Amino acid sequence: MESKHTVSVLVDNEPGVLARVIGLISGRGYNIDSLSVAEVDAESHISRITFVTLGNEETINKMIAQLQKLIPVKKAINITLDKKGIEREMALVKVVATGDKRVESLRLSDAFRAKVIDTTHDSFVFELNGSPVKIDAFIDLMTPLGLSEISRTGVVAIARGSEKL
Amino acid sequence: MVSIQLTGAEMVLQAFEDHKVDTLFGYPGGAVLPIYDELAKGKNSIHHYLVRHEQGAAHAAEGYARSSGKVGVLLVTSGPGVTNAVTGLADAMMDSIPLVCISGQVPSHLIGTDAFQECDAVGITRPCTKHNWLVKDINDLSRILHEAFYVAASGRPGPVLVDIPKDIQFQTGTYIGPETIKHKSYRPKLKANIDKIDEALKLIISAKKPIFYTGGGVINSGNAAVQLLREFVRLTGFPITSTLQGLGAFPGDDNQFLGMLGMHGTYEANMAMHDCDLLINIGARFDDRITGKVDEFSPHSKKIHIDIDPSSINKTIKVDVPLVGDVAHVLEDAIKLWKSNVYKVDKISVKSWWGIIDNWRKTDSLSFAVDKKVIKPQYAIQRLYELTKDKDCYITTEVGQHQMWAAQHYKFNKPNRWITSGGLGTMGFGLPAAIGAQVAHPDKLVIDIAGEASILMCIQEMSTAIQHQLPVKVFIINNQYMGMVRQWQELLHDKRYSHSYTDALPDFVKLAEAYGAKGIRVQSPADLDKGIQEMIDYKGPVIFDCVVDQNENVYPMIPSGKAHNQMLLGKDNEDKEISLEGKTLV
Ligand SMILES: Cc1ncc(C[n+]2csc(CCOP(=O)(O)OP(=O)(O)O)c2C)c(N)n1
Ligand SMILES: [Mg+2]
Repeated sequence: MESKHTVSVLVDNEPGVLARVIGLISGRGYNIDSLSVAEVDAESHISRITFVTLGNEETINKMIAQLQKLIPVKKAINITLDKKGIEREMALVKVVATGDKRVESLRLSDAFRAKVIDTTHDSFVFELNGSPVKIDAFIDLMTPLGLSEISRTGVVAIARGSEKL
Repeated sequence: MVSIQLTGAEMVLQAFEDHKVDTLFGYPGGAVLPIYDELAKGKNSIHHYLVRHEQGAAHAAEGYARSSGKVGVLLVTSGPGVTNAVTGLADAMMDSIPLVCISGQVPSHLIGTDAFQECDAVGITRPCTKHNWLVKDINDLSRILHEAFYVAASGRPGPVLVDIPKDIQFQTGTYIGPETIKHKSYRPKLKANIDKIDEALKLIISAKKPIFYTGGGVINSGNAAVQLLREFVRLTGFPITSTLQGLGAFPGDDNQFLGMLGMHGTYEANMAMHDCDLLINIGARFDDRITGKVDEFSPHSKKIHIDIDPSSINKTIKVDVPLVGDVAHVLEDAIKLWKSNVYKVDKISVKSWWGIIDNWRKTDSLSFAVDKKVIKPQYAIQRLYELTKDKDCYITTEVGQHQMWAAQHYKFNKPNRWITSGGLGTMGFGLPAAIGAQVAHPDKLVIDIAGEASILMCIQEMSTAIQHQLPVKVFIINNQYMGMVRQWQELLHDKRYSHSYTDALPDFVKLAEAYGAKGIRVQSPADLDKGIQEMIDYKGPVIFDCVVDQNENVYPMIPSGKAHNQMLLGKDNEDKEISLEGKTLV
């Protein structure tokens, strides 16, 4: 059965490493729903790549096996299946509205615990953190109120508990 | 030496020396001139072989590597030099052959400007190398070169590429010797878990219908692995079959050997794979030429899989006991454990299993009708084998029917003697690979068993053979057809032979002479032995044009999409329907 899987990959932060990881996935015909990457260990130059992809368990397992074959890849795991991971995303959402709609968007943003980080007489930029589902819901609600632009970070994920990847 | 000041070009040659490279296949051009200049200075004892096309350099390096167990090295220029080498790199990737390719790149400040002969070498070769590097700083160069040799040769071997901009070849920097350099993170696992090995042995001692299925991984692991495999197979008395790449690891003329398995494997090997209750995969990868229809592959067996590459495990076939490690290490531990635990196989069951196998053997699935007037291609290979078998020959091939007949009818008793493009199936591989093997073994007889279509894809390398006095023999099974294509068209496309016949072939005898080689043509079975002997006795390169029956097909054959027990044995059962699903497979 096809479903969304979040994969975390620890890599040596060297030139071309992202191209290798992404090239391997797209070269085999899989799609990437979201992607985020940053260095997480400045001393030993290790980056963490998190991507979300659609597939069944078996194809994701094969994808992970192929990823582990790449020389700069230190670890790759399916956070969704193996680890009961926590997933979070951040979004910046611009809403352009006046009057009732403007008031309503502010009220809803409060309920979602979004922060207003920029405002003019007829616009807000909200900063929102949470699960991808929560962000989707927020966007749905803002659409009729004057949603104008969205920027999302893509999912980052980590396993629960004391165990280290 | 710990560190010295060298130019980039000098570092390349110093690294070759430090990694005991004395042989280089290459072709010059603007972006590698500084390295060629160092070669001309002759400070290092490196022998450069000038090929005629960079694809030839890559295949020659493969032939050198496969026949010697060493890393093959090639040097090419930027742009077209590196794109020409791509086929060879992809070939080495598929067959796990260790290569180091050094490519020149336009100077650093011109990268990204669409400069003359600029191409994104690391981008183009990323999916067809095990790893690659673009060098940006002279002080990284020595580390990268050492890593390149390490990555190419360790774990599951493969090709790597180091792309060096021309300005960096001229710059001076610090060269650090290989002793002090270790790759940050790449450490392939060599030894398997001992409890897992014992679990595998327990399956082996209780097996009633076991079979060993071995592959190129045994050869890659080296001579120790080959000796241990032979010991282990004899210890158990089990039957053994091999993939195309694994031929020679176990003696081809031994009674325990069932011949090659897979699409054109023997009847007994494939039937035994289908009916066995224990399958012991050693260094093979359940390739689709082997498995046929995956859901009907060896349906009743427990499966053990020894492989150094964890991604091979459960890739297409689920196994019961995976043993991730180097073949030699795993077999060494397995044999120790076997002896200390005084394990014994189920002799009675295995004996009756041999009874069933011997019955299958009676089918004599590789037999063919000998003809008095025309040379049957199988007969040509058989005679070639008989007349060369006591010479410790190295055999390369091109791709097609002749390749399969060579695998079926030429028997290999030693590893590294059989060099063929299995994974990528690259026509044009055989001649340059033979050149590489001849370089590694100057005094041995090296023969490229070729097809008349394939040989034309890298025929220019005859000129290399002449220049470097490499007495390779090209034995062309000339059926005027792209025989393998013709066979599929016959079986799957109602005999519509679309563009598989070659009109206007060159006169191969004259072609040989034009290059300065010897040409021999034989058209009748009666002249065959004499012609082959003449070829063997001639001291220089030979092109042998063996004119054979145009209509012969390779049998047995498991048609695409069928299971092992649904083999076609010959012309009589060609009418069996092949499903649409089967037709879409290759
Ligand atoms: C570079 C390349 N192009 C195309 C093919 C597809 N192909 C496989 S076998 C074959 C025919 C080879 O003909 P020949 O060399 O005469 O060998 P034969 O099968 O007749 O023995 C072709 C075209 C290939 N394997 N490699
Ligand atoms: Mg032919």
